[in-house]
Amino acid sequence: MDKFTTLTGVAAPLPLVNIDTDMIIPKQFLKTIKREGLGKNLFDEMRFNRDGSENPDFVLNQPAYRHAEIIVAGENFGCGSSREHAPWAIKDFGIRCVIAPSFADIFYGNCFKNGILPIALPQDVVDILTEDAKKGSNARLTVDLEAQTVTTSDGQEFHFEIDSFKKHCLLEGLDDIGLTMEKASAIDSFEAKNATLHPWV
Amino acid sequence: MSAPRTLYDKIWDDHVVQQDEDGTCLLYIDRHLVHEVTSPQAFEGLRMSNRKVRAPERTIAVPDHNVPTTGNRDDRIEEEESRIQVEALDKNAREFGVNYYPVNDIRQGIVHIVGPEQGWTLPGMTVVCGDSHTATHGAFGALAHGIGTSEVEHVLATQTLIQKKSKNMKVEITGKLPKGVTAKDITLSVIGATGTAGGTGHVIEYCGEAIRDLSMEGRMTVCNMAIEGGARAGLIAPDEVTYEYVKGRPHAPKGAKWEAALSYWKTLFTDEGAHFDKVVTLKGEDIAPVVTWGTSPEDVLPVTGVVPDPASFKGGKVDAAKRALDYMGLEAGQKLTDIKIDAVFIGSCTNGRIEDLRAAAEVVKGKKIAEGVRGMVVPGSGLVRAQAEEEGLAQIFTDAGFEWRLAGCSMCLAMNPDQLAPGERCASTSNRNFEGRQGFKGRTHLMSPQMAAAAAITGHLTDVREMM
Ligand code: SF4
Repeated sequence: MDKFTTLTGVAAPLPLVNIDTDMIIPKQFLKTIKREGLGKNLFDEMRFNRDGSENPDFVLNQPAYRHAEIIVAGENFGCGSSREHAPWAIKDFGIRCVIAPSFADIFYGNCFKNGILPIALPQDVVDILTEDAKKGSNARLTVDLEAQTVTTSDGQEFHFEIDSFKKHCLLEGLDDIGLTMEKASAIDSFEAKNATLHPWV
Repeated sequence: MSAPRTLYDKIWDDHVVQQDEDGTCLLYIDRHLVHEVTSPQAFEGLRMSNRKVRAPERTIAVPDHNVPTTGNRDDRIEEEESRIQVEALDKNAREFGVNYYPVNDIRQGIVHIVGPEQGWTLPGMTVVCGDSHTATHGAFGALAHGIGTSEVEHVLATQTLIQKKSKNMKVEITGKLPKGVTAKDITLSVIGATGTAGGTGHVIEYCGEAIRDLSMEGRMTVCNMAIEGGARAGLIAPDEVTYEYVKGRPHAPKGAKWEAALSYWKTLFTDEGAHFDKVVTLKGEDIAPVVTWGTSPEDVLPVTGVVPDPASFKGGKVDAAKRALDYMGLEAGQKLTDIKIDAVFIGSCTNGRIEDLRAAAEVVKGKKIAEGVRGMVVPGSGLVRAQAEEEGLAQIFTDAGFEWRLAGCSMCLAMNPDQLAPGERCASTSNRNFEGRQGFKGRTHLMSPQMAAAAAITGHLTDVREMM
């Protein structure tokens, strides 16, 4: 998995609440058996008109935000389905960090499996970051995972909370399947115990 | 004596393989359900790292999202990308040796209908699937939730998940439901009351007389939409209704194992005085038949209401409501029952079980679908379909002008040929009314099977109580 340490980049403001996974990557793009290549369809129905042309009003189509690496959004980001295609599409587009007042649980967890950092901050802080993001490509946000801070283009610094295990895995780029497989003997003994206690399972 | 525990606490405790100091746990998974959309990358990952499926006997695969619901199931799927996904599942299931119900097996259906139907889902288990509506299985008092594809791979390889415990939330529905009010109205009303993020970070236990009175089918409908309320999972403590449903299913325990299981299952309830971090109580008597008007499941109102004014909301919801009305083609103040529909979809893992079809058929019986409305009934599994045919329900639907389909996710999500055209409006028994969910620019109103059936007959959203 890709490491995440620090990131300084353009942040795209997307101040909508309840941005769901169908908006992030509509289901017609889930018919892939690969993880890559979904970035071109990120936010497809908002980003493109039916005839395939770009919708110039959508933030990621504006020159300043075409290469955004951060999204600043409204509460409950990523609600809806468990599809990991949502973080895959976000990552494939080039976005490595999403900042919002809150996230849907499954989406939040999926981000970490893909080297994306989701940051939850209070609404008033997100409002400040949104205003900063609106300044365009000259205003870059800096995210420092080790220090757990987000810094605006004019130097205002905000602290965020993150689970220590998730932070560690992201900083080191650890693959958690490998980590768990090292615990095979504990899993073996759990199974043995359970076969006696709950033989019908 | 140990401290009183919730049902969730008990199931959790019984599945912890290992716990770290910071509370991160390795949780054992009893059943892993797999479908074709969220699994190919996980199997591919196993192959690339030379890993096996640790417990193929606990893994159950079935194609559902992509499968066409018409035609001959032995034929190749026409749409290429869908075919590739279904064929990948075929190949993966056989290569890794997991339990498998291919598309031409009568037991095939929507994964969340097949699991309980075959007796794979049992009380007290941990059940996961790369699908958010895994919450459905919580109706059995199983801890069941959706996972992402990386976690699918993790479970395939290790039969465990790395998890932190969620908080406990109690949703109590007291008293009796009025006539014409169903499990779907309960679950939508709860989301209406708490919002789509109301359950975030929590596992909900549904309880109270109105929940106890529900059949297993109804309980599955309630738990199915726990995820729309943002919860990690929804649970209902097992009781006689549960045991009765489970008994005799192909993979349910038999003989001495059944007795042993039963005595364990009877310990699965929330202890007196156990702590809940959040409590929501609704009165059963106050719940009405509801419909959604917007593009989020929390946009729900009694069918007797009017389309709300976006200005009546707060914060970010004002813009979201404006956008929703624009998308849905509705005006504030419009009576909900004046909304005309083009299509009706009865099916999905929320309402594609036999009881749902019975309820809809009762409304439809002897009547005809309104002129210009297209109606579709899609059983949740091949077995539900067969039973409905045996009971004469299929005949009632086809006589009324409905299409009688083969089992699958169908128009619940537009991944197969069953889709709305742009601007078309659908009365749907599914669980999501997101933009584009049932087809590009399609408009979805969520409701119960009875209400969808009533709308099919009148051609507009209708209070089913007036037809009873
Ligand atoms: S019926 Fe709908 S919600 Fe249920 S599993 Fe299929 S697509 Fe998902």
